[in-house]
Amino acid sequence: MIALADGASSSPLHFVEYFLDHRSEDLGLLWSHTWLSVVPVIVGLLIALPLGWVARRHRWTYPPIMSITGVLYTIPSIALFVLVPPLLGLDTLDPLQVPIALTVYSVALLVRVVADGLASVPEETTQAATAMGFRPLERFFKVELPIAVPVIAAGLRVAVVSNVSIVAVAGTIGLSNLGQLFTQGFQLSTPDAYYPPIVLGIVLCVLLAVVLDSAVVLLNRVLTPWRRAVRT
Amino acid sequence: MIRFDAVTKRYPDGTVAVDELDLEAASGRITVLVGPSGCGKTTSLRMVNRMIEPTSGTIWLDDQDTATLPTHELRRKIGYVIQHAGLFPHRTIVDNVATVPFLLGTDKKQARRTAMELLERVGLPEHFAKRYPAQLSGGQQQRVGVARALAADPPVMLMDEPFSAVDPVVREQLQDEFLRLQQELGKTIVFVTHDIDEAIKLGDQVAVLRVGGRLAQLATPAELLSRPVDAFVAAFVGRDRGYRALGFADAGTLSTRDEPTVVLGAPIPTGTDGDSWLLAVDGAGAPQGWLDLGADFRGHDTVTDELLYRGGTLATQGSTLRAALDACLSSPSGRGVVIDEGGALIGTTTSREILDLIEAHEPERQT
Amino acid sequence: MIGDVFTWLTDWSHWTDTRFDTGIITQLLAHIRFCAMALAIAMVIALPLGLFIGHTNRGRWLVGAANALRALPTVGVLVLLTVIISPQFQGRTDTGFLIPTVIVLVLLAVPPILANTFAGVQNVDPGVRDAASGMGMTGPQVLFRVELPISLPLIFSGVRSAALQLIATATVASYLPLGGLGRFIYDGLAQQDYPQMIGGGVLVAALALLTDLVLSTVQRYVVSRGITGRYSTKQVGAPDPRLAVVTEAEGARA
Repeated sequence: MIALADGASSSPLHFVEYFLDHRSEDLGLLWSHTWLSVVPVIVGLLIALPLGWVARRHRWTYPPIMSITGVLYTIPSIALFVLVPPLLGLDTLDPLQVPIALTVYSVALLVRVVADGLASVPEETTQAATAMGFRPLERFFKVELPIAVPVIAAGLRVAVVSNVSIVAVAGTIGLSNLGQLFTQGFQLSTPDAYYPPIVLGIVLCVLLAVVLDSAVVLLNRVLTPWRRAVRT
Repeated sequence: MIRFDAVTKRYPDGTVAVDELDLEAASGRITVLVGPSGCGKTTSLRMVNRMIEPTSGTIWLDDQDTATLPTHELRRKIGYVIQHAGLFPHRTIVDNVATVPFLLGTDKKQARRTAMELLERVGLPEHFAKRYPAQLSGGQQQRVGVARALAADPPVMLMDEPFSAVDPVVREQLQDEFLRLQQELGKTIVFVTHDIDEAIKLGDQVAVLRVGGRLAQLATPAELLSRPVDAFVAAFVGRDRGYRALGFADAGTLSTRDEPTVVLGAPIPTGTDGDSWLLAVDGAGAPQGWLDLGADFRGHDTVTDELLYRGGTLATQGSTLRAALDACLSSPSGRGVVIDEGGALIGTTTSREILDLIEAHEPERQT
Repeated sequence: MIGDVFTWLTDWSHWTDTRFDTGIITQLLAHIRFCAMALAIAMVIALPLGLFIGHTNRGRWLVGAANALRALPTVGVLVLLTVIISPQFQGRTDTGFLIPTVIVLVLLAVPPILANTFAGVQNVDPGVRDAASGMGMTGPQVLFRVELPISLPLIFSGVRSAALQLIATATVASYLPLGGLGRFIYDGLAQQDYPQMIGGGVLVAALALLTDLVLSTVQRYVVSRGITGRYSTKQVGAPDPRLAVVTEAEGARA
């Protein structure tokens, strides 16, 4: 009977109980994980918008901007985490290192997406807008950007979902987020497997990814009512 | 010979694209399928090489039922040209042309040699052979498409709006070359277009289809213009049918009157005797344009290019009544200029004389 | 700090194995071994599947399902599989850790390759496909002589994207007691030997950049010039691996 009870407590399906037992701690991890997944993407988008616009408007800047951000995107996340502090003169375990690294990733991914999104705006549309007297900035915000939303949203979905996974990697080098549940579970698993924190971490990560992904999809729908009108 | 025998295509959702079509495309001739969108013309064409399978009915290729052959074997015997050409972007032009010979297992060297000859035949210079499709203009790609369809020397060709994606000038050029090529090759061709003018220009016979895939009329172009069977065909064939029908009426040898001329570069003649228009020709006797003797020539001593009125069209001796009448109507003097095959002036004729010929012609007029 | 990292990297004793430490060369080879194994397995799974789904347009849901795998946290799955699998392999071999690592890496590499192969075949101009079968190519001939060569740029961008993610994630294998370049990062962290940790990061980044360079060079020679547009002075250029992720996202919507 005792053995059975022990087995039950370490069963993969008991992650809910584990969560309830460590509620405040786990919610804190979830919160910081969410924060780390979302904020860098928003900051990254804010940086990528003007960069993508420049790459589109001044064609000669396109190849260098794309090559530089392409190289940045090639650098593995964990390498970028450890490289950010020395390059920016921060402490080795500065709380900003992970958000900065993730922001760099988001910018690297989104610059391309923004430029491609703007390229997806039909030439006739921009010319019509110019002919009607839109000034360049006005045209960008009122005409080009709204039309580019679907392409940019597709990029944002990738950025957000992959961020959730990358943030968990940061947990393995000691940052406090859902990745720590895996470290805990791994440490508790000697000599015998102890599943609840591991499964809980996976479930929360997947839920977070799904929720954030759906949020981007929803935002895209709200911002592009004309596409819905066609579909129905 | 391609024969449609009660061919029907009905889709699972119940739409009928082609309805009991009976049609024969004669050997060595161009049969054009024309009609508004949704009339099943492309479906009919694609059923010949079984890109679409008929729901019922039989399509005969000479005396063979096409349904009895494996599709890939059937298709290798039939040239196929589509809109935008559909060239393989990853292969050079010469390898595109040699596609079917390669499939048939022809020796590569031999296949490429044939391909080179075909490129020349469709009017592409030799150095295009090593290029890729993306390096060619739309019109050039379409020529490659035609060459590719001809590569295995199939007796039958299917052409699905092959010239509709290029600009009007290039289209006319491609059409003319296509007719010239067909004169040499004598293929059995089924040609689909939505453009009635193209149908009339290219077809030995034209099949007008109506929406729902029914044959409305099968006739020669001249007959189609002069005797449309019903209101639908009449409306589809369009305006100016009487005038356009003249384009199929041989004018015979036109009787012409000698026309006084002035050679370019000669001094401007003075004095008019009633008529103020004088025809200018070049050294070879080819008409260049009309000179208005009543005009103000200050600053000019000789007849130069810029003084000429060039609006008139020229009729070649032996051309159609339409060309002859047009030459008269477009001439500022009212006299239509007639030239020989070499472009040299023969004389002029008048619209009155042409109208008399039209009156006498009449064979196609409805009674 | 940058100077210290440079010193750590240029010290030859760090490159070779010693009695106490495993050197960079050995760890680099281990890293490459995981990645190559996973990439090979992922390609064997994803390429034929992507070609088949793209050509027949059957089983599209598989592409969406594979894309959903991306929401799984890699580290979590790695730990979970390790906890399940490693007790089955007692003894001195590292098989108990190697198997979960390779499984996680394969799970990571399949979606981009599958989605891009599928998208590549799907994106072939319908006119080209029509012409190919209209001229009498059989199904396999259309696939291998027309659709495959035309989709190569997208397939390559999927493979490149997968390779980059593998190199990045194989680092996490060192979170388990396995080799690989991540060893320097985790050991450096544990020992507070930051030059070693950052040096490890530099090595991983260098391996990633070099791999991408090699793959893009292979791509240059494999893909027809008619598609890359490298026949003229106008350089169209190879597709960016980042494009892979976006096309995947489009695939996910389908």
